[in-house]
Amino acid sequence: MDPSRKRTIRLVVALTAALLLTGALAVTSFSASSEARTPKELSNAVAGESYQLTGKVAKGSYERRGDVHTFRVQERNGAETVPVTYTGSVPDAFREGREVIITVQKGAAGGAFVGEKDSLITKCPSKFSAKDEAAAAR
Amino acid sequence: MEALAPLLVILALGLVVLLVSAPLRRGPGAADQAFDAERASLEAAREAKYREIRELELDVRTGKLSDEDFKALDRQLRAEAVTILRDLDRLDS
Amino acid sequence: MATLGRALLFIALAVCVYGIVAAIWGGRTNRRDLIDSARRSVYALAGLTVAAFAIVEIAFLRSDFSFALVQSHSSTTTPAFYQATAAWSSQEGSLLLWVMLLALWSSLVLFLTRKTLRDVVPYATAVLLGMGAFFTGLLVFKESPFDTLAAVPAEGMGLNPLLRHPSMMIHPPMLYSGYTLFAVPFAFGVAALLRRRVDADWIAATRRFALAAWLFLGVGILLGARWSYAELGWGGYWAWDPVENASLLPWLTGTAFIHSIMLQEKRGMLKVWNASLILATGTLCIMGTFLVRSGILESIHAFGASTLGTPFLILIGAMVFGSIALVVSRRETLRSEHRLDSLLSREATFIANNLVLVALAFVVFWGTFFPLISEALSGERQTLGPPWFDEYIVPLALVLVLLTGVGPIIAWRRATWANVKRTFLFPLACLLVTFVACLAFGLGTSIKSVLLFSFAAFVLGTVAQEFWRGAGARKAMAGEILPLALVSLVRRNRRRYGGYIVHVGVALMFVGVAGSSAFQDEKDVRMQPGDTTRVGDYTVKFASADAGVEEQGGRLEALRLGATLQVRHGDDAPFTVITERRYFPSSDPSLGPVSRFFEGEATSEIGLQAGLFRDFWSAYQPDQESIRAVVERLDERLENATEEQQFTAALGLTEVLRTAPPPATFRLIGSPMVTWIWLGALIVFSGGILAMWPAPDAARRKATARAAARVAQDLGRA
Repeated sequence: MDPSRKRTIRLVVALTAALLLTGALAVTSFSASSEARTPKELSNAVAGESYQLTGKVAKGSYERRGDVHTFRVQERNGAETVPVTYTGSVPDAFREGREVIITVQKGAAGGAFVGEKDSLITKCPSKFSAKDEAAAAR
Repeated sequence: MEALAPLLVILALGLVVLLVSAPLRRGPGAADQAFDAERASLEAAREAKYREIRELELDVRTGKLSDEDFKALDRQLRAEAVTILRDLDRLDS
Repeated sequence: MATLGRALLFIALAVCVYGIVAAIWGGRTNRRDLIDSARRSVYALAGLTVAAFAIVEIAFLRSDFSFALVQSHSSTTTPAFYQATAAWSSQEGSLLLWVMLLALWSSLVLFLTRKTLRDVVPYATAVLLGMGAFFTGLLVFKESPFDTLAAVPAEGMGLNPLLRHPSMMIHPPMLYSGYTLFAVPFAFGVAALLRRRVDADWIAATRRFALAAWLFLGVGILLGARWSYAELGWGGYWAWDPVENASLLPWLTGTAFIHSIMLQEKRGMLKVWNASLILATGTLCIMGTFLVRSGILESIHAFGASTLGTPFLILIGAMVFGSIALVVSRRETLRSEHRLDSLLSREATFIANNLVLVALAFVVFWGTFFPLISEALSGERQTLGPPWFDEYIVPLALVLVLLTGVGPIIAWRRATWANVKRTFLFPLACLLVTFVACLAFGLGTSIKSVLLFSFAAFVLGTVAQEFWRGAGARKAMAGEILPLALVSLVRRNRRRYGGYIVHVGVALMFVGVAGSSAFQDEKDVRMQPGDTTRVGDYTVKFASADAGVEEQGGRLEALRLGATLQVRHGDDAPFTVITERRYFPSSDPSLGPVSRFFEGEATSEIGLQAGLFRDFWSAYQPDQESIRAVVERLDERLENATEEQQFTAALGLTEVLRTAPPPATFRLIGSPMVTWIWLGALIVFSGGILAMWPAPDAARRKATARAAARVAQDLGRA
């Protein structure tokens, strides 16, 4: 086989492999992903589906009974809240009023959304914490 | 301290302008420097070529290169080095 | 002093703009005086930004609260080390640090190339100053570190206690050094493309900067991982968080770059590829800097300041389109001098290594930006979690480790069967022995880990063989005894053998990651003092609870609640770990004097027993709800108490908690091989420093003497 034909074949193989990888990425990512929703968008949540809920922990809503934490997640700029139940350890930075990200599924009929294990992330408030909190408290 | 601030600003500005405008005040005079640049380039190329020759020898001794490939490459690299050395000689003359 | 600082930054911006004009004008008209003036503008930028940074640092160390920055990020009770490093825990301070580092590295490279690369240097200067102008522009017009407060408060907000860890404070300078060092080969790459001078000169001049960038960026990423593991209460070191990924992307493409430039230097191949890679790496560095502070992706690190979003997006857009335009318009000059002779060759292995690294970068990119991609394609924001990443990263990483072993020992041009037999025998034997041993030891539950361990053994085998054979060759060439031969071998071939040491470190890091992911035992458990539980092979007893205070300079810093655990592992000597939770007060004046401790920041002090083969990790989370009643009662009693009375009351509270500890949840983890990640990283760092270390002139002259002699013979000289 002459060299230039070999090179063409190699190029075709490489490009095909790249296309296959991209295709695999695209297909699996859409099926493996969770939809990002804010509290007011969860009203039409479907049972059995995971959603990535973002918002802030509503003040006065946090309760803990042993390992089970219940709180309400509030719209970042709004008043709508949804109840969430989470079992396990909460991150160090977890506080009422802080922004959180949690993967949830719809709970038993009418009940709170259930957080998946280890999926609770509290946003690190380092750069603007003190200022923001003081401003929020005022 | 605050009263000093405007003075320090002027001082800083003055230093910067001095530093940055020095070449402009000196004026062109590019000829010698061009020569320097060429020489520096060639010397760097020469060092790189020597290193390649050395590494080639190490490769054949550690079994990564066959003897015929080594002979051919070594000859080629040394020819390239000779060219560089001749160019340097030309610069000197 | 703040006005001085503001003025310095303004002058810096002006100098950048001047320098860009002078550089481009000088480059086009070949006027040395203008080019030199532009270079000096970079020196001036360095001086100005260092001075501005010094002003900020002095303000922090003096706790000068007239600086809004100091007031919001530091306090009089913050320890001096953290006062100094708090400067870059802020948006403004970190931007200033970024541009200062950029100016310093730019000054260095322009000083080193002041007599060479005549065509290219002016435009590289312009690119570097362009970046400088962007960042100083942000500092002057949008986020000034020199904003002052009209009424100077007596106390500051203090540094977020989560950041009070040396790793966390060194992490940003390391990362920024990495980003700004990559700006150097980026600028030279752009300039080389602009001037169509795409031979290896610009690469040789900036090679060490690329390597240094790679090292610093890697160290920065690792420090973040180490902090996460040792300080946060979740027990992991990597979460595929968007901001973590953003710093990993340029590191991956940078790794590809430092390998593929070797092909361009040796065989004149991959010119288009190298140009594209460094342009992508530089752009990804800016993207990494931007992502942390943009708020466009939901992340644990999102610092929320979206005022900078638009300028950064414009810059990144310009870089992307500019890069594509440059590479496409110069593709004729970027033709390879040589072609690939065989798929079984070092050239092919290097290309494969590059393809795997770029594939890894693509996967990370896709997963990180998927929320935006999916929103654009389907209207809904979707996010991907760690399981999706692992699915693709793990197989690609396995291939990468294998290639790491193959690359150094396969022949250039075309590997023959004889060559393969000679060089691959020992490493393959290492691979097989390790494979069988792993299965024999029952590690077959995770076949991916077994494969990784085997491939890592392959890598170690190749490196050992290279050192052995190299020393033998040196002995034959120069007649030195073996130990001396080894030393002089490494001294004369730092790039190669430093690189081999880096490979060893990387292999060990992968081993650490595999071991700690696949064979970890984790448990969240509620315990009372006296309870015992089992985690994997560990038996853990909650021996006693403790409570106390942390004070600094006579003032109450934090409340401590801790637990002492007695741990046994098989027949090893039993050990004790102490894990704590610390509660730092909130500065919110509406909270009660005692409850504000529980409404501020809480940190976990991890009870860690690290070992060569396994780590025991423990975190403690007491139930605050149960002590709420006590705390509220104390609040009422102490409502108008003096600080001293509050201190005494806090001590009293801790007495109560010591005798009647609140119920608590523990997270306990037994993690094998974690230490190898950190050890491997140290080895990578040492190898990298060795590879970068310039040979002193004398050694270089000695080393090249033989080669010179042979060439001189050809030249007909004695």
